Amino acid sequence: MTNAFRRPVATRRQMLTRIGILGGSAALYQAMTSLGHAAGTDFQGPPALSGGKLGTKVLVLGAGLAGMLAAYELRKAGYQVQILEFQDRAGGRNISLRGGDTLTELGGAVQKVQFASGNYINPGPWRIPYHHQGLLHYCKTFGVELEPFVELNHNSWLHSSAVFNGKPVRYRDFAADFTGFTAELLSKAINQHKLDDLVSADEQAHVVSAMRGWGGLTADGAYRKGAISSLRRGFAKPQGGGLDGAPVPSDLFAREDVMRSGLWQWMAFHERLDMQTTMFQPVGGMDQIGKGFNRQVHDLITLNCKVTAIHQDDRHVTVTYNDMAHGGAVRQAEADYCVCTIPLPVLSQLDVQVSGPMKAAIAAVPYASSVKLGLEFKRRFWEQDDQIYGGISFTDQPISQISYPSHGYFSDGPAVLLGGYMFGPAAYDFAGMTPAERIEHGLAQGMAIHANYRKEFRTGVSMAWSRMPWTLGCCSMWSEMARKTHYKALCEIDNRIVLAGEHASYVGCWQEGAILSSLDAITRLHKHAQGAA
Amino acid sequence: MRSVFLLLAGLAAGAFLAPQARADSASAVVGKMQPLKTGADVYKHVCQSCHMPDAKGAEGAGARFPALAGNAKLASADYPVYVVLNGFGGMPWFSGMLSDQQVADVVNYIRTHFGNHYTDMVKPSDVAAQHPTIKSEED
Repeated sequence: MTNAFRRPVATRRQMLTRIGILGGSAALYQAMTSLGHAAGTDFQGPPALSGGKLGTKVLVLGAGLAGMLAAYELRKAGYQVQILEFQDRAGGRNISLRGGDTLTELGGAVQKVQFASGNYINPGPWRIPYHHQGLLHYCKTFGVELEPFVELNHNSWLHSSAVFNGKPVRYRDFAADFTGFTAELLSKAINQHKLDDLVSADEQAHVVSAMRGWGGLTADGAYRKGAISSLRRGFAKPQGGGLDGAPVPSDLFAREDVMRSGLWQWMAFHERLDMQTTMFQPVGGMDQIGKGFNRQVHDLITLNCKVTAIHQDDRHVTVTYNDMAHGGAVRQAEADYCVCTIPLPVLSQLDVQVSGPMKAAIAAVPYASSVKLGLEFKRRFWEQDDQIYGGISFTDQPISQISYPSHGYFSDGPAVLLGGYMFGPAAYDFAGMTPAERIEHGLAQGMAIHANYRKEFRTGVSMAWSRMPWTLGCCSMWSEMARKTHYKALCEIDNRIVLAGEHASYVGCWQEGAILSSLDAITRLHKHAQGAA
Repeated sequence: MRSVFLLLAGLAAGAFLAPQARADSASAVVGKMQPLKTGADVYKHVCQSCHMPDAKGAEGAGARFPALAGNAKLASADYPVYVVLNGFGGMPWFSGMLSDQQVADVVNYIRTHFGNHYTDMVKPSDVAAQHPTIKSEED
């Protein structure tokens, strides 16, 4: 029996062309890396600080990753370090929610997390790009075990309310058709001499050949229903074994629907540097990172300290705070220097004695609103019924996306997925709802993608970041103008005070930003302190 | 990322979408929302996420979301228009996200509800006169 669905074999010329292209890009990459353009973030290894003057005290405000890292490195360098933290826990925005946890938000809503034992949601950071080498370095150093986070799943769903009758389509089907039709159009344009003015004859041959291979076109340059397209988008009757194993090719979507759906944006999404594979997550929840950092510096941290004022003169920094563990008693802490990681929406409202430009900078950076929904279901129906193992389904509804757990595959019992991740208008809307309303909207919208969503639902929790008393928002949102006008002033050492956190970085909203900002701040502070010694 | 926003805006005519890009956001995903036809709509779907449904604001970690109920700073309508367009401290700017009509609507709504009884109304043209140009960073 002839194999009707054999993969097209590359010609020798196609092979050589590919190798040539690969060789070229590898050489380019090497050149760019040596120029520092393609290396991801600019982590250069941990700082080798030493010789901190004995008895010099540094007060760190905030026990998030930036604060704990500053404390860890400064103590190693010889400083006496103390950390004041507002919450009754260390970790800051590095947090996971599990059954038994209580989440209280501004406005008074209290949520009791009811997840089954072992289940969790990461309501803040949830994935780590491979090139966030600063964070990854400290995960390794502090013994935080990592596992792959599945970002791109070809079998996940893409959903547009307005196209394909409002039904979700498989990423793989859509991606195959979008790529195929695009390649076909370009191929046709060349073959019909529409691009003769733009492209030399030689290059035309290369492009036609590339489009054929890249787009899954037939020998005559068409993207059509058949073996080649179905080996990308899947068969109507899948390849089987034995007598009746012959597959049946699947129908293509209408090109017009593919193009007007806008769903290509979710293909482009995964191509962003921030979203490229390999991604990681800590085994057992994102808060394992905070716990790893905390293991290093827990003896330096005082919890439940509500800072109200940060003053400085030529000799000292004096921080006034309410000791919330002791009835809000007013206390003061003194130090030679201060590393302040308090989120700017809070810091901008405190009594902070810094220069005019830094004060203006602190008040110039709004924080984005973001909401996440963690939904627990009775079983992993997305795996059992849909063969979706990790990854993200996208929708044009306000919930934006549903992300399936990248761990615990094939296990029985309840499991938690990310039932919505909103920024912008949808985040404002969801944050303004009661927790029960958020879950209800999450379920109603999820039904467009998973028909058994409601039937399988057990319990859920929502995190509205603008209603967290300790951040009043999710993360920094720099405008071009603010960056130009205020960024330098925000980062500079102001006499005895330096700020750190994702807001003082170009990797905003990522944990890596907190790491890089912290390392830069303490490196400069150390130099500053040594100069003053 | 701005291209994503523009695309969304173009696709979902009538939907409420932010043309502003949130440059380094970890999500870059912005879902659409229902149209905001009245000041009450804007308040409910945008403002109350921080200022609370009763407009009494909230107290955080030594910081707060200010109350709009009985807030003397609302006496001149120019001030809330300015703050909504430009943001203030941790509050994001809404220029480019809300239309002039929506800004006028919500300022008028706030100034006539929650115990506020101002009688002078803001017009969209008043808002247009104050328009700042704020661009998010592109990534």
